[in-house]
Amino acid sequence: MLCDICKEKEATVHLTQMVEGKTKKIDLCESCSKAKGVDDPTGFSLADMLLGLGASQEMEESGSTTGKCPKCGFSQTDFKKTGRLGCPDCYDHFTEGVESLLKSMHKGTRHVGKAPAVWQQTKVYGDRLHSLQSKLDKAVAKEDYEKAAQLRDEISRVKSEYSESTIS
Amino acid sequence: MNIQDILSKPEDAAGREGPSNKIVLSSRVRLARNLATTPFPGWAKKSVRVETFKHIRDNVMEVDPMRDAFHTGMEELSTLDKQLLVERHFISREHAAKTAGSGMVLSGDEALCVMINEEDHLRMQALLPGLQVDKAWMAIDQFDTALESNLDYAFCKRRGYLTACPTNLGTGIRVSAMLHLPGLVLSEQINQIIQAVNKLGLAVRGLHGEGTEALGNVFQVSNQMTLGETESDIVERLNKVLLQIIDHEENARGKLLENKAKMVYNHIGRAYGILANSHSISSKETMNLLSLFRLGIDLSLFPGNKPALTEELFIITQPAHLQKTRAGKLSAEKRDILRANLLRSRLLKVDRPATPDTGKTEENGE
Repeated sequence: MLCDICKEKEATVHLTQMVEGKTKKIDLCESCSKAKGVDDPTGFSLADMLLGLGASQEMEESGSTTGKCPKCGFSQTDFKKTGRLGCPDCYDHFTEGVESLLKSMHKGTRHVGKAPAVWQQTKVYGDRLHSLQSKLDKAVAKEDYEKAAQLRDEISRVKSEYSESTIS
Repeated sequence: MNIQDILSKPEDAAGREGPSNKIVLSSRVRLARNLATTPFPGWAKKSVRVETFKHIRDNVMEVDPMRDAFHTGMEELSTLDKQLLVERHFISREHAAKTAGSGMVLSGDEALCVMINEEDHLRMQALLPGLQVDKAWMAIDQFDTALESNLDYAFCKRRGYLTACPTNLGTGIRVSAMLHLPGLVLSEQINQIIQAVNKLGLAVRGLHGEGTEALGNVFQVSNQMTLGETESDIVERLNKVLLQIIDHEENARGKLLENKAKMVYNHIGRAYGILANSHSISSKETMNLLSLFRLGIDLSLFPGNKPALTEELFIITQPAHLQKTRAGKLSAEKRDILRANLLRSRLLKVDRPATPDTGKTEENGE
C-alpha cells in the first residue's frame, strides 16, 4: 500500500477516524507521517488532514467536474496533490466536487458572515426580496389573492428601487 | 538590516499584559483574503506574485495603523531573521520558507501583522495579550474594512470570501488563544479536555499551530469551521470554551495543591534547580521547565517575580533569539551551553522556591 500523500513510499502508519459519521481512513509513510506531525498525538489535528484528503477523493469520485479551470488552468489532479485551489474562479468550475467537500468540513455550505460593503447592499436587497417572495408563496397557497397582489406590487417596487440605486 | 532592532525587545514583548493573563498568554484573530482576478499564491507564476506583493503591500500601508509600519520582502530576510519572526508568532513556518514575491507588514505596536502571499494573498492577524479574542476580532475587522475599499477581494455571495484552501472558505477567520495549562497536564486531565474541545468542532494544537508539539504546556485552541456561521458567533463560541478551560485549569491547580502539593512542589523545585544550575540545556527541556517555573510564580513560590520573567526567558532561549544574541549561527551543542549560561545568570537574582510547609512528611492518600 502506498502513502496517500507522497504516493511514493510504502505506507506504514494507518489511521482511522470518524468524521461526521463517516469512517475516514488514511495511510501514510513514515516521513509523511512525521511531516504531518502524526507521530505526536498532542500537536496533530487529524481532522484537517483527513478532511483535506478524504474530500479530494470524494471530489474525484463525483466525476462530473472534470477538466481544467478555464481561468487559471488548474486541474483536479493538482487539487488532489495540494488540497488547495488555483484561483477564485476554480470554485465555480469545480462546483459539484467543492460542494460535497464543504458539507463535510463546515457547519453549513452558505456564507452568513461579513461581506464587503458593496455586497452588503446586495445582500440586504436579496434578503428582503427572498422574504417577500416566500410571503407571496404562502399567500397564494392560502388563496389569499388580495394579499398576494399587494406583495407582488411590493416586490416590483423593491426591484425597481434597487435597479435605480445601482444605476446612480 | 537587523531585525532585532526593529522588533520590540523581548522584555517589552513579554511585559504586555491582558485579562486572564495567568492562563491565557495571547489571543489572535486572523482573516484570509484574496484578490478577485489573480491566481492564489501557490499557483501564480513568480512574476505575478512579485507584482501582487507590491500592489497589496502598497495598499496595506495606506491604511492607518500601517502608515509607518515595518515591511519587508521575504527575500530580504536571512533564515535566522525569519525564524525569529516565527518565534514571535508574526509569521507562520510556511511563510518563513517563502522568498521573493512574498512578504509581510507589521504595525509599530506589533498588534497587527499582514502576511502577503502566504497560502492566500492576504493573511492578516490581530494579536493581543491575554484573553481578548473579541477585541482582536474588532481590530482586524476594522482593518479589513478599511483595506477592502482599496483592494478588489475575491468574494461570492453564496460562499463568502474565497480562499486557496476550502477549509478557510466563507469568513476566512481563525480565532485562537494560546493557553498555559500545567495544572491540567500534571493532573492528567488534559486529554479529556482536548477531546471535549475537539467534539465542539475546535482544534487544539501546539505552540506554533498546525502539526506542532505542545511544548511547555502551551496549547493553542482555535476554530476549524469557517463557513455557515458568522464571525461573531465563532468568536463568542470560542470565548465561552476558553472561559471554561480557564475554570478547569484553576480547579486542577487548586485540587493539586490540596491533594498532591508535594508532587507539585517537587516538580517546581526541580525545574528551578535545573534552570538555575545546568550547564547545557535543550530548547525543549527549557520550555517544559519554564512552564513549571511559571506555575511556581503563579502559586507565589517566587515572591517578587512576575510571569513576564518566564515569558521573556521563553522568548530569548528559543534557537533563533539565542543565536541572534551572538550574531550568527551556532551548532546545537553550543546553543545548549549558551542557553544554560543565560538561564543561570538570569536566575541568580531569583531565590529558591519558598515552598510552604505542608505539615506532613508523607503525602496523604494515593
